[in-house]
Amino acid sequence: MLDFIARRLVAIIPVLAVVAIFVFLMLRLTPGDPAAVIAGDNATSEQIAAIREKLGLDLPIWQQFAIWIGDILRGNFGESFFFKKTVVELIEQRLEPTVALATCTLIFAILTAVPLGVLAAYKQGSLLDRAVMGLSVMGFSVPSFVIGYCLIYVFAIDLGWLPVQGYVRIGTDFGAFAERMVLPSITLGIIYVALIARITRASVLEVLNEDYIRTARAKGLSNRVVLMRHALRNAAVPILTVIGVGVALLIGGAVVTESVFGLPGLGRLTVEAVLSRDFPTIQAVILLFSVVYVLINLLIDIGYTIFDPRIRY
Amino acid sequence: MSATTPDDIVDSASIAAASTKRRPLWQLAIRNPSVIFGGTILLIMVVIAILAPFLGTVDPTRIDPASRNKKPDTVITYRLDDGTQATRTAIMGTDSLGRDVYSRVIYGTRVSLIVGLFCSVVAVSLGLVIGLVSGYIRWLDGIIMRIMDGLMAIPGILLAIALVSIWRAGLITVIFAIAVPDTPRVVRLVRSIVLTVREEPYVEGAISVGTPTWLVMFRHILPNTIAPLIVQATFTAAAAILAEAILSFLGIGIPPETPSWGNIMAEGRTLFRVFPHNILYPGIFLALTVLAINIMGDGLRDTLDPKMSKKV
Repeated sequence: MLDFIARRLVAIIPVLAVVAIFVFLMLRLTPGDPAAVIAGDNATSEQIAAIREKLGLDLPIWQQFAIWIGDILRGNFGESFFFKKTVVELIEQRLEPTVALATCTLIFAILTAVPLGVLAAYKQGSLLDRAVMGLSVMGFSVPSFVIGYCLIYVFAIDLGWLPVQGYVRIGTDFGAFAERMVLPSITLGIIYVALIARITRASVLEVLNEDYIRTARAKGLSNRVVLMRHALRNAAVPILTVIGVGVALLIGGAVVTESVFGLPGLGRLTVEAVLSRDFPTIQAVILLFSVVYVLINLLIDIGYTIFDPRIRY
Repeated sequence: MSATTPDDIVDSASIAAASTKRRPLWQLAIRNPSVIFGGTILLIMVVIAILAPFLGTVDPTRIDPASRNKKPDTVITYRLDDGTQATRTAIMGTDSLGRDVYSRVIYGTRVSLIVGLFCSVVAVSLGLVIGLVSGYIRWLDGIIMRIMDGLMAIPGILLAIALVSIWRAGLITVIFAIAVPDTPRVVRLVRSIVLTVREEPYVEGAISVGTPTWLVMFRHILPNTIAPLIVQATFTAAAAILAEAILSFLGIGIPPETPSWGNIMAEGRTLFRVFPHNILYPGIFLALTVLAINIMGDGLRDTLDPKMSKKV
């Protein structure tokens, strides 16, 4: 098991290296002087010269890369000249809303999608099954911001049950925090629910044909026990996989959802950074999100062994 | 040569069987209810896009300060070029610059369909070439697949945002920025097909009689990739249309003067509470188009690529 984790850790090094090279080249591929691009529109020529020296722009490109990667490994992501802060400070400030949104969305999506998928599989061909499958195709097709605005219109403006937009820190006022998380989590969660429900249904359907399910039924176990303990547990691996793959959707969706609901998170920061061509911030956010995505999928690979002891590495 | 040998009979029979076996695949696809349903809606969208100037639209970029922020079904008076006044009904209202939302939505169909079409063409062609090379030239395989793994580790929309920020905003930039993140998926698909097919006896046979590599690729390997690629291209097109709308909505996609569904919605954001129609109408068109393509893709997958349909 430890051996497996070690091997997987080694395997993600080339992946992250490619991401790092891409992020590094991003700045070098932009038209114009990278130092001037980093410094932004209002920089003085001294500032630009200082950046040029710091980045070592007259050195060969592989040396520049070595300097850059060395800085990053030491946690120095440079300075955002647009926001007048170091990138690390900026990310720390914006982290909480995004983590909160992602967590709430995950909980909402899994608690909704897995039972729906299991029920759809159990009542295959029924009205419920068709409704779940139909809604899941819809979930893939309706963009999250349209869903978001519809939810705002109905629940915040028309019915007035929930606040329209904004964010309250979890430590400041939990009630206010929670009521501002409901609509964003549903908005972001819909596509995730669609994805997970589809896979859950398919993998539970496959498992339901197995002999041990018939045996469990023959023993006289209730439907609930058969479905939850025997079917779902054996169907868990594909479900976990798709939850991991779906993290990419979650991250992409967070960018949009945070913009719709005015959450001051990392997604909003990404858009602001692109609009102001703030490259140190764009680079850091892309690196951060990619590392998180890769690590989550690594954890899920390891998690397989817990859900399915038949898998040994 | 005079008498028919038993071998000939077997041969012609199997050829006949093969040809009748091949045709129903396409006929099945065209008869599949999902393909018909999705395809019909898509076809309507294509007709709308082509006939946009003749569907009662006005210039979608014309700014009219006198009739800003009108609700749907407002009668608008405007001045013609010769100075006379005319009226028309803005069935979807106007935006905060007085542009006609109906005309913008109708013209926006063009942008979305172009983006969907070209993104899937670019992603599939790039992916096909890279995948064939990767599956066939062993020493390149390792390098190419590591690069693809790396690209796949960056969440798609984020990679597109990064690419848009490098290049200047514009239709072609957006198409490439959306197509690049979709390419690794195509590469993997093509490569896996190449790896299975190259072990087939008919490919080994072709190689053993000295067929050049490019001909083996074209004649024996490429045809196997067509059906799965059509399915993949359909889903890519749907995702690309969504991605363009997302980028434009965030203000980093197509330049705001161009009427695209994402841009109309981006423009409507600030006054959403009072004038929800600016987001609602383009949203309906967008969802309907993407839904149609996805439904068509499901049908195509079930008929053209049964192995894949079992997985999902």
